[in-house]
Amino acid sequence: MTALTFTLKLPLRQRLDVSPLVPDVLLGKSEKEIALLPLQYGNRRIATAELFDIQGGDAESVCISGSPKLDFAGRAMTRGALNIEGDTGAYLGMQMKGGRLCVSGSAGLYAACELKGGLVEIAGNAGDLLGAALPGNKKGMSEGVVIVRGNAGDRVGDHMRRGSILIEGRAGAYLGARMTAGTIAVRGDIGPCAGYAMKRGTLLLYSSHSEIGATFNDCGMHTLGFLPLLLKGYEGLDTCFSGAPASLARVRRFAGDLSVQGKGEILLVA
Amino acid sequence: MIINGVHIDETFAEAFPMRATRVIVTAQNLKWAHYAAHAMTGFATSVIACGCEAGIERELDPAETPDGRPGVSALLFAMGGKGLAKQLETRAGQCVLTSPTSALFAGLDEGEQIPLGKNLRYFGDGFQISKRIGGKRYWRVPVMDGEFLCQETTGMVKAVGGGNFLILAESQPQALAACEAAIEAMRRIPNVIMPFPGGVVRSGSKVGSKYKTLPASTNDAFCPTLKGQTRTELSPEIESVMEIVIDGLSDADIAKAMRAGVAAACGLGAANGIRRVSAGNYGGKLGPFLFHLREIMA
Repeated sequence: MTALTFTLKLPLRQRLDVSPLVPDVLLGKSEKEIALLPLQYGNRRIATAELFDIQGGDAESVCISGSPKLDFAGRAMTRGALNIEGDTGAYLGMQMKGGRLCVSGSAGLYAACELKGGLVEIAGNAGDLLGAALPGNKKGMSEGVVIVRGNAGDRVGDHMRRGSILIEGRAGAYLGARMTAGTIAVRGDIGPCAGYAMKRGTLLLYSSHSEIGATFNDCGMHTLGFLPLLLKGYEGLDTCFSGAPASLARVRRFAGDLSVQGKGEILLVA
Repeated sequence: MIINGVHIDETFAEAFPMRATRVIVTAQNLKWAHYAAHAMTGFATSVIACGCEAGIERELDPAETPDGRPGVSALLFAMGGKGLAKQLETRAGQCVLTSPTSALFAGLDEGEQIPLGKNLRYFGDGFQISKRIGGKRYWRVPVMDGEFLCQETTGMVKAVGGGNFLILAESQPQALAACEAAIEAMRRIPNVIMPFPGGVVRSGSKVGSKYKTLPASTNDAFCPTLKGQTRTELSPEIESVMEIVIDGLSDADIAKAMRAGVAAACGLGAANGIRRVSAGNYGGKLGPFLFHLREIMA
């Protein structure tokens, strides 16, 4: 059975909430029920079939044609696979608990915010506040893995509690700000104020141009036993962080953010 | 039954249910992994007075260990879960945490989870760091040589302890040579340990004693110097008896190890002074697991 595919009939004029188009909601529904499923489009609620051509029947594997105006894709999904062909808007994978969410383009603001499990893969770039807590909330991403093959915006992992964010490109300012725990790895350059007000957790940085804030103290060069284990844990994932040479790397450890008595760390790969 | 001139007694070994866990100790090299694991499994020959029975199961290649370093796996057995957890924590804390470059991981995922680094982490005095990797929690405890990496818990399973067989020989060196051959063969069997020094025990015991405070005392029926003084099990030509005790994760594992061990001992044969193979039991009344020698060797 082929994936249940939703193809946009026309370019979107308003923002569209596609959170109902996840395996959890679609499984067990008939073609007609899916076609009539209401979606929030701007300030109106309209049937799915008015916006999308619907093909295929395997609701465990859902495919949606992308648009920067598609918001809340994969929200709270717990199982199955959701593929976005192209770009997506804000709140991608918000509060997602399980399954696999792949975007072949870029994602907007708050991707993987308050993620609770599963795997989010973004082939392009991610906007600001990737894996962060929603405004006013204190708990960001608390489990799961996020892979960004391009660049990520500012405040990646704001208030993050657990899980891993792997950025193969660059990351913006305030990387891991107010982080409580978890791991963020970045291959490329980062913006200023990394680890701002960070309590615990690990920022694993590969760029020698990474700027370390004054409130992080140098703890020297080390070979840390947990790093090979951590990188081995990414082996099943299609990411440059799972490579064997990286697993042998020595790192310079910076402890902080000492301005908030933080016990987090920035590990700079030598 | 006679194998290579060695008489196999029509008797059985009697074993008991125990609780067991497996841990993996890694280090910078195999030498230091062995130091840590040997210390951890030291003074663990018998639950009679050691609290647990433990031993090194086998060496592990870097590809087999969680952190990609050389390591060894060790099995620990105790009569109950509480006792095992206590022994594991004490031994991990005093013997592995203290050993340079060491790391400690669970060797069993299944079964009830018991603390490994869960409480040892407090040694880090607040500087310890938790990492969840692949759904498992690990603790990074800062120590003077770097970091002690330890998995939070390990699995505890039902197991079997007290499998055994006796080698009866014409002399002490011959009995020991047969035991060494048996142990070498048995160490190739997974899921078992032989907890006594070198895998061999020369002071086999019986239940009870003439002294009321002692739960066990020398197995006088198999003591060659008492042949004329007690109700002996030994014929005149037997001058030395040694025992191999086996703990395993299952009765099938013990049976496999016993078969390998008895076969190796019999390989030396009567020509090398090995005359009989027997086993220790309590009449089948105490332990639910019976290992009949002749069935195992059939």
